[in-house]
Amino acid sequence: MRIIKFLLQKEFKQIFRNKSILAMVIVMPVVQLLILPLAADYEVKNINLVVVDADHSPYSQRLLSKITASGYFKLTGFEQSFKEAFTFIENDKADLVLEIPAGFERALVREGSQKLHITVNAINGVKANLGGNYLVSIIREFNNDIRIRIMPLGRFNAQPVLETVSANWFNPFLNYRLYMVPGILAILVTMIGGFLTALNIVKEKEVGTIEQINVTPIKKHHFILGKLIPFWILGNVVFSIGLLVSWLIYGIVPLGNIFLLFGFVAIYLLAVLGLGLLVSTFCDTQQQAMFIMFFFMMIFILLGGLFTSVDSMPQWAQVIVGFNPVSYLISVMRMIILKGSEAQNIIRPLCITACFAIVLNSLAVLNYKKTS
Amino acid sequence: MKEVVIKTEALTKRFGDFVAANAISFEVYKGEIFGFLGANGAGKTTAMRMLCGLSIPTSGKASIAGFDVFRQPELIKKNIGYMSQRFSLYEDLTVGENITFFGGIYGLSDKQLRQKKDDLVTNLGLQNEVNKLVASLPLGWKQKLAFSVAVLHDPKIVFLDEPTGGVDPLTRRQFWDLIYEAAERGVTIFVTTHYMDEAEYCHRISIMVDGKIEALDTPSNLKKIYNTGSMNDVFYQLARKAKRSD
Repeated sequence: MRIIKFLLQKEFKQIFRNKSILAMVIVMPVVQLLILPLAADYEVKNINLVVVDADHSPYSQRLLSKITASGYFKLTGFEQSFKEAFTFIENDKADLVLEIPAGFERALVREGSQKLHITVNAINGVKANLGGNYLVSIIREFNNDIRIRIMPLGRFNAQPVLETVSANWFNPFLNYRLYMVPGILAILVTMIGGFLTALNIVKEKEVGTIEQINVTPIKKHHFILGKLIPFWILGNVVFSIGLLVSWLIYGIVPLGNIFLLFGFVAIYLLAVLGLGLLVSTFCDTQQQAMFIMFFFMMIFILLGGLFTSVDSMPQWAQVIVGFNPVSYLISVMRMIILKGSEAQNIIRPLCITACFAIVLNSLAVLNYKKTS
Repeated sequence: MKEVVIKTEALTKRFGDFVAANAISFEVYKGEIFGFLGANGAGKTTAMRMLCGLSIPTSGKASIAGFDVFRQPELIKKNIGYMSQRFSLYEDLTVGENITFFGGIYGLSDKQLRQKKDDLVTNLGLQNEVNKLVASLPLGWKQKLAFSVAVLHDPKIVFLDEPTGGVDPLTRRQFWDLIYEAAERGVTIFVTTHYMDEAEYCHRISIMVDGKIEALDTPSNLKKIYNTGSMNDVFYQLARKAKRSD
């Protein structure tokens, strides 16, 4: 215990003297939580639409005004032919081209049917996909409107229309911030915890101070604990600041028990710090440690369920996600913050995270060699 | 009968095909100042790291302060001090904090720590620098501090790897005064150096060439054997035989 006291004393003095670490711990959560949730919004707006209206009829006009009134689309071009409109897509100036054929109105009124042609620029996959869907649903609505209007009521019994009304539980207004903030906070805690620990030990290797430690009779687990505890505390501080920011700025208050949340994060941090420690035992320079940590972080973040839903990933990818500690933190954060989940709901992720913590830290202790 | 505190037999370290230390055998006695000389790349640091329990030998035998390098490296570490080629105290801690930290992890009590810190600071004349960051000290002071920290826990043996590299002659002289003081207290000093005047201060010296010990005797005997008046000349005659360079 006494040895750990000396290690902690030393580590904290160094941390508090290192202005960049302090800045990272305080500024990073504030800035990232201020900017990212506002910018990283799934809702697609400003879809650039080019229209080729070969009909120029009141009906085609009505359709167009309905589309522009929706607020999702920006009319960037009004061309005479599809060929001209297509150059917009080629130059990446348009996301969608809507072609209204000649005789649109006449065929609609006389024959009761007509075809529209939508061309999607799929370079930006998400935008194209959502844009296409928005457009189709607007057209469908337009379709219903005119069916009622042009078909005389007596002659044509309006088709029974199935309208789906959905209610969004746990996030009734589909507020993306509510969804993003816990996820971004999860990644913040992971990044700061993992990187700080990995770089800290490797720095001691680079400077040569670790040799002075290795030549003392200090026990390996004492040394590792001496590194783990300070960064564990730091990680908790970052997390608390993050929660505070999301309450102050976004008014997000965890629905569930906040102690349960902190409890999970406490275990989770041990796992992430364990990874940082393990990486540091393999690396000799901060550069190496940085690249290896980035490698893991990229996978953790992209396969963590923050941006893309884990359930829609292919089976093999879901297996990989099972080994991604970040995915458990993100889902547990969302469960406790948005859904108010209780202890029994998070037992499985908690146990898995605890396993990560035990395995990673044991490997780190085993692989840390005082004698090479 | 002199007490043997370091004893090696055919101690060897290989890195792949490269034999950094090739079957070195020697004994060092208690309270002795043992100079370990050799050109750059001759294998001095490798040999020293094996003796400190930082590096596991490939083959051979060695016992340090009565403990075996293969089986009891952690017990060896309790009984030795080490000062590496690179300055390795914490630059972002103050003089006092470094003393407390290293004393603390060697298991000194609070009372011992206070006592040792006061003695050390007075001895080195660092009263005004105790609360300054080590980074702000001149190199000579850093080295003296590093040595004092290495002997803080009263080790039986202290290993010094080129402790005076880049230090001015006056400070070097003062550094050697510290070494003599420690030796008088019964601490065995194992030191590598490139300065031949320092070699003359040693009780016995060994000269390593290409991973082997080529000569081992008192400075005066060596000068007799190689029929010359200066240690420099002895070193030239031996080091010239070296085939490998760094």
